[in-house]
Amino acid sequence: MNLSDLLNHTSEWLKSTGPHSDIVISSRIRLARNLDKFPFPHWGNTQQGEKALAAIGEAISKVDYLKKTTFFKLADLDSVDKQFLVERHLMSLEHAQKTDHKALVIDDDEILSIMINEEDHIRIQVMQSGFNLFEAWNIINRIDDGLSKELPFAFSFDWGYLTACPTNTGTGMRGSVMLHLPALVMSRQIDRVLAAIAKLSFATRGLYGEGTQAAGNFFQISNQVALGHREEDVLENINGIIRQIIEQENQAREAILSKNKEVLEDRINRSLGILKSAHIISSQETIELLSMVRLGNDLGMLRELDRGQINELFIITQPAHLQKIENKKLTAAERDVKRAQIIREKLKLQ
Amino acid sequence: MLCDVCSKNPATVHLTEIIDDQINELHLCEECARQKSAAMEQQFGLSSLLAGMAEVEKPAAKEKESAGIKCPNCQLTYADFKRIGRLGCGECYTAFKRFLAPLLKRIHGSNQHFGKSPSKAAKATVRRKLDLGELRDKLQRAIETEAFEEAARIRDQIKELDKKAEQENSKDKEKNEPQ
Repeated sequence: MNLSDLLNHTSEWLKSTGPHSDIVISSRIRLARNLDKFPFPHWGNTQQGEKALAAIGEAISKVDYLKKTTFFKLADLDSVDKQFLVERHLMSLEHAQKTDHKALVIDDDEILSIMINEEDHIRIQVMQSGFNLFEAWNIINRIDDGLSKELPFAFSFDWGYLTACPTNTGTGMRGSVMLHLPALVMSRQIDRVLAAIAKLSFATRGLYGEGTQAAGNFFQISNQVALGHREEDVLENINGIIRQIIEQENQAREAILSKNKEVLEDRINRSLGILKSAHIISSQETIELLSMVRLGNDLGMLRELDRGQINELFIITQPAHLQKIENKKLTAAERDVKRAQIIREKLKLQ
Repeated sequence: MLCDVCSKNPATVHLTEIIDDQINELHLCEECARQKSAAMEQQFGLSSLLAGMAEVEKPAAKEKESAGIKCPNCQLTYADFKRIGRLGCGECYTAFKRFLAPLLKRIHGSNQHFGKSPSKAAKATVRRKLDLGELRDKLQRAIETEAFEEAARIRDQIKELDKKAEQENSKDKEKNEPQ
């Protein structure tokens, strides 16, 4: 596979096929693992970094579950390609910076990605559509077992998997769920919900994880704690919280529908109107309007649209995607024109 | 929309600050956002947070004692850890055990792992692979230096390990056969 192939292809997790995919976009689990005795990526020298990379690359090629994957050295990718991978949620922003000895392994369906030599030697990530953390866990657990037969992991009986940052020590696991909560935002209840989540020591982040702010009513909720609980228990705790939030969002949607239906219909249809007719549009405005259109679709107002395709529009209208589609560098102003054009075309087809 | 700080350039970065329950929205141009984020880094980097937590645990008298401790495997000192907020390798956890135990407890509310571990079988296989690699290197060196008796002995050891691996593999396969 090469990177441009991904353009003509919808990531599995965006297809909106999973449970509760009206409110839950995706469920994601990542595991941090390190090689025993090897210095962590930030602390090793060039030779050690290359050696770790080679050992991990070889191990991956031997694991059955990882046979159909593609391996990219980050140093071989240009800045648009790297941003493209970040926009597709296949790697972190951090991985795109200082690319020495770094690699990325992904599968064709974009369910799996493995970052090599990010903060830890190995960061495995599995994404699923909808509210489906346990399926993600089943997959990632098998991959981890496979890798652990090929590589000696830094592990301690008392403290579990040893990671570069002590906040990940233990399971090395972070489970996160991406939610679309427009009704809680509109009814100004979201701050109360987020405050409650923080009290339970779960973290809320924006669309692109660590250090990003919530945009377009999207929120990522994940566990903070990695030591002292079994993986399944942590995931069950996240599930409990997510079930509550889904319920609250549903109630908020019903309340708005019963009290302010015209206002809501007006906002949703105006949003679609702008998307269908704009010739210049920023990515911020796109995300906000698409969020409304997605809500309309959930509520049965815009039945002619397909939710999977709305999801995909969020991704392909981002800067690196537009530049990959055009196959050249575009200025911010050129991107705003191209973005509007793509949205018009896609919405006309639906 | 113009930048809230300089009011000259268009705002392209939108920042939400939450202080207690007060939410402030800031709309910044790229330049002002960069300055703002550099200031925030300084105030509030994760590394300084961690360093702060490590600090609480340790009375000032122990300061010198802990700072000088060095991981024998990767040479990172505890002072390095406090500066960068990252450990240097898995062995650091043993070298700094005394100081990390309370820190981990502070972060996670526990310092005992209950999750999965690399399976015993996996550990044995990995160990054998490492041994095999080492033996092959030794064999190569023995042949190069024409130490043939030594080479023959190593070759037998390798055969023995290979046989064990095969036996275990076939055991694994039987286990995985559908009933």
